[in-house]
Amino acid sequence: MNNLNLKQAKEALKNKKISSYELTKLCLETIEKTDKKLNAFVTVTNELALKSAKNADNSIKNGVELPLLGIPIAIKDNFSAKNVRTTASSKVLDDYISPFDSTVVKKLKDAGAVILGKTNMDAWAHGSSTETSDYGPTRNPWNTNYLPGGSSGGSAASVAANQCIAAIGSETAGSIRQPASWCGVVGLKPTYGRVSRYGVVAMGSSLDSPGPITKTVEDSAQILNVLAGVDEMDATTSPLPVRNYTHELNKSIQGLKIGISDEYFIKGIDKEVEEKVKQAIKKLELLGAKIEKIKLFDPKYAIDVYTIIQRSEVSSNLARYDGIRFGNDRSSFAEEAKRRIMFGTYALSSGYYDQYYNKAQQVRTLIIEDFNKAFKKVDVIIAPTSPSLALPVGATKGESMFGELADVLVEPSSIAGLAGINIPVGFAKNDLPVGMQIIGPQFSESLVLNVANQYEINTQDEKWRNLTPSL
Amino acid sequence: MKINVPHVAKLANLTLSDQELKKFESQLQETVDYVEELNEVDTKGVESTSQVTGLENVLREDIAKPSLSQEEALSNAKDTYNGFFKVDAILEDE
Repeated sequence: MNNLNLKQAKEALKNKKISSYELTKLCLETIEKTDKKLNAFVTVTNELALKSAKNADNSIKNGVELPLLGIPIAIKDNFSAKNVRTTASSKVLDDYISPFDSTVVKKLKDAGAVILGKTNMDAWAHGSSTETSDYGPTRNPWNTNYLPGGSSGGSAASVAANQCIAAIGSETAGSIRQPASWCGVVGLKPTYGRVSRYGVVAMGSSLDSPGPITKTVEDSAQILNVLAGVDEMDATTSPLPVRNYTHELNKSIQGLKIGISDEYFIKGIDKEVEEKVKQAIKKLELLGAKIEKIKLFDPKYAIDVYTIIQRSEVSSNLARYDGIRFGNDRSSFAEEAKRRIMFGTYALSSGYYDQYYNKAQQVRTLIIEDFNKAFKKVDVIIAPTSPSLALPVGATKGESMFGELADVLVEPSSIAGLAGINIPVGFAKNDLPVGMQIIGPQFSESLVLNVANQYEINTQDEKWRNLTPSL
Repeated sequence: MKINVPHVAKLANLTLSDQELKKFESQLQETVDYVEELNEVDTKGVESTSQVTGLENVLREDIAKPSLSQEEALSNAKDTYNGFFKVDAILEDE
């Protein structure tokens, strides 16, 4: 029953088909059985999980109703959870035990969730492969010779492999959507500031956005309902009211205007990715949506903007790791972190600020204005999430900008702080999943989830939906 | 322009091996050359963005609230002394 999605698991718990303790145990057993192959977890918190599952069962017995009561969830290892090791997959934090809960973890606990443990990621979230983890790469459940994407690769692989009911990831530019794409699951990157960053190991502070990785779109909406909202611990969270994100899931998309941009079907894109995404767009057209060609700012410049802004913010954020208050000293940084710190330090160093950081922030303005213009004409924009299928283990070796280059199609919307979601749209001939992204304006999560859900529920009968990874 | 890698490493407080210095010299140059592409974009008179959702001056009342205890705050430190973080001296004796 660990292959249940969130909605089904909630029903099974409610109808006493299974207890939270049994469900949690099933997840832990699946982790035990499959994680030698996958390496999706850095830390599994067996005892804590079983204890909170027992508490959840008591609450259920006493008629308590909470949105995630008794649901086993996996958390990316850059979210602080009180009294649990938080490494961000870096040896710098190898023995760091967080003395407080991140807001996301606190909200999950308050909603009754059972936390299974902490999932593997690119160290410090620096990458799109989970291959730069200091604890070894995570492998793709659909084919363990392939990478899961990243940086939330452990969370995406864990959901795909049914080690958990749902998982939490974080995205700076692509780190939720791209691994969700490579692992064939749903990954929502909310608008910047919709979900609190408090207690998340910081990467690019002007970009970082926590969000859910789930088996279905409805599950994603359910978890966003728990996570979204203003937080006094993170001044960049938005005071705009939170919607009920499940309310509009079933709205018709008749007349919805979908923008398609040739710039996003870039040169060198995998032919099968292109074909499946175009088929999915056709499907939405059959459901009543209107497809409109639009011209968007060339995403190639987003690579430059993102590289400069992110690495600059990385160099600033990682300055705190000096081994004095917590963690090991700076000699424990691995190569990718050092490379990014070095570039960021250079870009911010005296005399270069205008040339790099300021220039990038100016082009960022142009990218934002370009999207604003586009959203006057269309409601959402649809594109492939990743230009490629999952790549084989080892693909990042010797590539000094692998992450930034792999995420070309998700970087523009991240730079502009927009809402976006990856949904699976089928499989390629080599049995690896293909993902498509739906991008909407800031704070349009309801709309983006609505479009994603309409695709999902209207393709339920397609044969590929029955596939599960064999591990 | 050649990047002074040892100088940047010093600013970043990173100790790099000779091999790393060499490697980063070429890789940093590669990345710098790559992002030079941005010069193709005309940004004359364009304001730079620092906050994407338009928030400005987010303030709150300065009210003291319970936070981590001293013990919790020190719980991950490698070296402490009398309830303080212990650090290397940065000033020499006169």
